[in-house]
Amino acid sequence: MSAARRTPLATALRGWGGLLGIALLALALLVVAPAVLSDFRLGNLGKYCCWAIAAVGIGLAWGRGGMLVMGQGVFFGIGGYAMAMHLKLEAAGPGNVPDFMQLYGDGTMPGWWEPFRSGAFTLVAIVVLPALVALVLGYAILKRRVRGAYFAILNQALAVTFATLLVATIKQTGGFNGLNSFPTFFGYNLYDPVNKQMIYSIAAGLLIACLLVVWHLGRSRFGELLVATRDAEERVRFLGHDPANIKLVAFVAAAVMASIGGAMFAPIAGIISPSDVNAAASILLIAGVALGGRASLLGPALGAIAVGYGQSALSESFPNHWSYFQGALFIVVILLIPAGLASLPPRLWAALPRRGRTRKAATA
Amino acid sequence: MESFTTPLLTGTSTGAILLIAALGLALTFGQMGVINMAHGEFLMAGAYTTYLTQQVVSSADVSVLLAIPVAFLVAGLLGLALEAGIIRWMYHRPLDTLLVTVGVGMVLQQLAKDLFGAQGDPVREPGWLQGNLTVLGYHWPYTRMFTIVLAVVALGGLAALLKRTRFGRQIRATVQNRDLAETMGISTRRVDRITFFVGSGLAGVGGVAVALASGTNPTLGTSYIIPAFLVVVAGGLGQLRGTVLAAWLVGVVTAFLTDWFSGSTAQVITFALVVVFLQVRPQGLFTVRTRGLA
Repeated sequence: MSAARRTPLATALRGWGGLLGIALLALALLVVAPAVLSDFRLGNLGKYCCWAIAAVGIGLAWGRGGMLVMGQGVFFGIGGYAMAMHLKLEAAGPGNVPDFMQLYGDGTMPGWWEPFRSGAFTLVAIVVLPALVALVLGYAILKRRVRGAYFAILNQALAVTFATLLVATIKQTGGFNGLNSFPTFFGYNLYDPVNKQMIYSIAAGLLIACLLVVWHLGRSRFGELLVATRDAEERVRFLGHDPANIKLVAFVAAAVMASIGGAMFAPIAGIISPSDVNAAASILLIAGVALGGRASLLGPALGAIAVGYGQSALSESFPNHWSYFQGALFIVVILLIPAGLASLPPRLWAALPRRGRTRKAATA
Repeated sequence: MESFTTPLLTGTSTGAILLIAALGLALTFGQMGVINMAHGEFLMAGAYTTYLTQQVVSSADVSVLLAIPVAFLVAGLLGLALEAGIIRWMYHRPLDTLLVTVGVGMVLQQLAKDLFGAQGDPVREPGWLQGNLTVLGYHWPYTRMFTIVLAVVALGGLAALLKRTRFGRQIRATVQNRDLAETMGISTRRVDRITFFVGSGLAGVGGVAVALASGTNPTLGTSYIIPAFLVVVAGGLGQLRGTVLAAWLVGVVTAFLTDWFSGSTAQVITFALVVVFLQVRPQGLFTVRTRGLA
């Protein structure tokens, strides 16, 4: 993976290039984008940022941990629905019941909705709920050394199950339509462009924060162990570590990031529905990560933003053919550039013949 | 009694379709470690082959029987093309085949939508499948019986191929130890190709059963692929009996749960049961002791 020989300068700067990249991305998302984009485009970019937050987690679990997390839509959905439930209750007002429950049901609210009236509870739930679910599920699966394809399939089965459950519970979760039309966000009027820009900035800021977490993890001892587990799980075990615990931490971190992404997605998109969290949505997240470069720092985030943008642009021009593009994207990227676009610049750089450096050393 | 026999039969016939789909998956996954997510779309190709055969040969009595070998061939050739065009470049990274074949599945699904329309097409059932078999006062629809018979025939055919023929021995040798098989002069490349053909072809046969049960639909593959994979996971690799038992159990358990609760609750409980089951036996119901299987 890494270049064979490092100059002293490169060693001193090791990892700091990533920080520079994050800083540039922060500048682009937080300063440049709000200045040049229209409100509509900025809202779209906000949605892509939410997917990118989930994608950063996938990059951690899949790119560095080797776990193909094909069901991240579930955790995206946990965060999204938790936030949406709070916003629905906020819109209904104290003591009242969300509008759709009167429409589809008998106007009574299930008891488990009640705590989401509290904003503080909701914010805690957005982090704790996915962590708990991932912990229990991950413990059950990873401790029994279920891995590789088995892990991926169980993940995807979870996403399918989750979406089916949501569709079936129209009285409790809005069913196929999901939850939508949120007039306010913690008291801020969501029809006001200034507030829209504010929640965009929160989403972009959270993306930068998640990138910083992953950057830090990558430099830490844990990050080294995670990559080692991906590449040679048995050796890590023989060295006295439990690979299941290492992977579990990455899996839980990825789940929390997906949940945070979902929680911001609901107010920015104005809707969260089963089609945002099902198996297909989960796979779309994977597509972005694969495109950008699963094991790189910025690749997953940029890839997810690119796929999000590509989906909007291509669905506008060719409404019926987005599936072809998406399918072709998977085939071409995974087959030809498995390390994603992030791997191309170093490869091109290495391919350039230069003085004082043999090609062999550069590509090793 | 009715509340017991009806889910039992429904579940057994669902299990039969799952079995036909899972046999092919277990074969390619067990032998090559390839996870073919486009397998569901091969099922769909089989269903549309049944529909098209009916357009050409209008007599439903004949066309369904004719569709079985044709669907096997169509899906098998699709599988062969997939292996030759894409999969063979990726044998060293099996997990990535999962994603590539997801892409292939998307393309095939959209292709079916463009060719046949997003709405499904009905498939007429042949005259000899109309009506019920009445045993002890209970009605057993012939179409369900046919699905079960089809699964038994597919299973028997595959078992005979694996146990009795020279090629079957080569497959088993490759599954158990690829390197050693090669040193014995077996062309594992050729074995891989033919296994992929047979495995995909079986999905086509499953598609005929699906078409009879619920007609065609561009997205029908997606509803079978995950349960079929759960069957493979729960059944264990390298032996047919694990797949058979797991398919039947998943089919019947889901049918009973659907009967007691609802379709979606049944799906949730079945998934939970598979995860719990893997706690007890992570290697699946039955497995061959070998160094070849991961």
